Amino acid sequence: MIRLDDLTKIFTTPSGEVVAADHINMNVNEGEICILLGPSGCGKTTTLKMINRLIPHTSGKIYINDQDTDTYNTVELRRNIGYVIQQIGLFPNMTIEENICVVPKLLGWDDKKAKSRAAELLEMVALDSAQFLHRYPRELSGGQQQRVGVIRALAADPPVMLMDEPFGAIDPINREVIQDEFLRMQAELKKTVMFVSHDIDEAVKMGDKVAIFRTGKLEQFDTPDNILAHPINDFIADFVGSDRTLKRLRLVKVRQAADIDAPAVLQSDSLDKAQGLMRERNMDVVVLDEKHHPVGYVPMDGAGKGNGSLAENIQPITVIVDAGADLRTAVSEMFAHAVTWLPVVDGDGRFTGCVTQSGITHLLGETYRPAHPHKQPESAYEQ
Amino acid sequence: MSNERRGGGPLLSVVTILALVAIIYVTGIWAEIARYWEDVVYLTRQHIELVAISGSLAILIGIPAGILLSRPSMRGVAETLMQVFNIGTTIPTLAVLALSMSFLGIGKQPAIFGLFIATLLPIVRNTYVGLLAVPPHLKEAATGMGMTPTQILRRVEVPNALYVIFAGIRTALAINVGTVPLAFLIGGGGLGELIFTGIDLMEPGMLLAGAVPTALLAVLVDFGVGQGQFWLIPRGVNPLRA
Repeated sequence: MIRLDDLTKIFTTPSGEVVAADHINMNVNEGEICILLGPSGCGKTTTLKMINRLIPHTSGKIYINDQDTDTYNTVELRRNIGYVIQQIGLFPNMTIEENICVVPKLLGWDDKKAKSRAAELLEMVALDSAQFLHRYPRELSGGQQQRVGVIRALAADPPVMLMDEPFGAIDPINREVIQDEFLRMQAELKKTVMFVSHDIDEAVKMGDKVAIFRTGKLEQFDTPDNILAHPINDFIADFVGSDRTLKRLRLVKVRQAADIDAPAVLQSDSLDKAQGLMRERNMDVVVLDEKHHPVGYVPMDGAGKGNGSLAENIQPITVIVDAGADLRTAVSEMFAHAVTWLPVVDGDGRFTGCVTQSGITHLLGETYRPAHPHKQPESAYEQ
Repeated sequence: MSNERRGGGPLLSVVTILALVAIIYVTGIWAEIARYWEDVVYLTRQHIELVAISGSLAILIGIPAGILLSRPSMRGVAETLMQVFNIGTTIPTLAVLALSMSFLGIGKQPAIFGLFIATLLPIVRNTYVGLLAVPPHLKEAATGMGMTPTQILRRVEVPNALYVIFAGIRTALAINVGTVPLAFLIGGGGLGELIFTGIDLMEPGMLLAGAVPTALLAVLVDFGVGQGQFWLIPRGVNPLRA
């Protein structure tokens, strides 16, 4: 969708030439969010702004939909690319409605269509259109303004969005909310997004791909998980941080790490059955009610000494985790409640398995182990 | 200055006018002025003509000149020119009129020209400064959205500089109205004729017959521009309507 081909920018300054972007090659697929990441002055913003020609490139090519953008007229090109900046840039002299309608009007939409689009977009970010359409930007909070900044860029439904640290000026709590909101919209709209950030956490959260820049060079361009698991050099490793494996927790859903064969019995089952499972799997056994909601567990150290019924040996469950949550949440809950495993439930609260500390360790560790033991038989087979 | 005009501005002007009118009646000045009524009407018309012509010319030329100077291509020249203009503003208006007379002779034309010059500078300067003060990120957003330079000027830069531009016009017209009586000295006519003749003849009635309408006119013009400032500037960028 967006392809950068040896894209280069050389600024001529009084003190000589500065290479701001050095033969950048990237390919971002349709519907992906690509985060341009790096310390300040690394060339990420320059690269972004060359795409909509706010900064003219020195050499190289930019393709959108396999079309060389040099063949477009500058104004036409920009009207078909959504652009969001950190300072938001809502025009204070225009109402929210007029702000959103700027690009549709430039493209010659009729008044009615543009206005109904503005109302529709406001509702999309949970702002009441009746209340906000006729307000001026200064009558909105910072978070509300940034939401309007994002939907203004979406107004004419451009296939490509460029976002220059769009959430950088928002307080951390609101930033999380707006990031989530944007991801929800993106899941539906499937725009191809180039997104400049200096925050590795934001990159890991938002990006399908992450491109890390240093002094004008593209150092590594890969999925967030690969960058965190396999930084190609010390610079990247330093940049993503020594806690990079912990950051990967955010990228994995509990579902992927859960043991779906975890031992479980129904409340109506006998204690014998539970003890049998426990010996077989060497794990605590989860107890479910008739709707398969977890109600408690039989601990390995507490049960099996006396006889008695299953009910007498049940310990209550203090915390459960949703299969759709990320591992970071799961691990955090484990630490908070001092447990080594959690029962996992689906959206309806039904038991689907257990996630254990050793299971998580194993999953995250997989990518670090040499691939040979698994790969060898396959390659032998291929030969 | 901007504070006192906040919201209460129009009211204050009305109160001032009423107070002036009241004083005129109570103190019996009205009878004095009435003696010169015909002169007052004739000269007031002349006076307004001088203000209107020189003021309109200054606005019509000053705003485009300010816009032109604020364009990026003029950056090098503009600062130097503004310095020259700033020095120009320090020259007393009486001196401007005198200089104007020495080039253009006496009469209406040199008076209008002198008034025009005195009025022009604040308008050019405020337009220039106001446009430069528009935050760069607004221009960047507008450019990135695909507006042409003309569209950016019309729809983003001018509206956001309008308050400052209007302040310039207000100052300029205040200077203009205050200077017009001096036009009499170079044969330009206007209410100055009554004021200066009144002084020369030690005739307070005649003097007041010139001075009171001049004062009223000044208050009215300021009131008018103030109303324009209040209603013509979009609410989102108008501190008066915050």
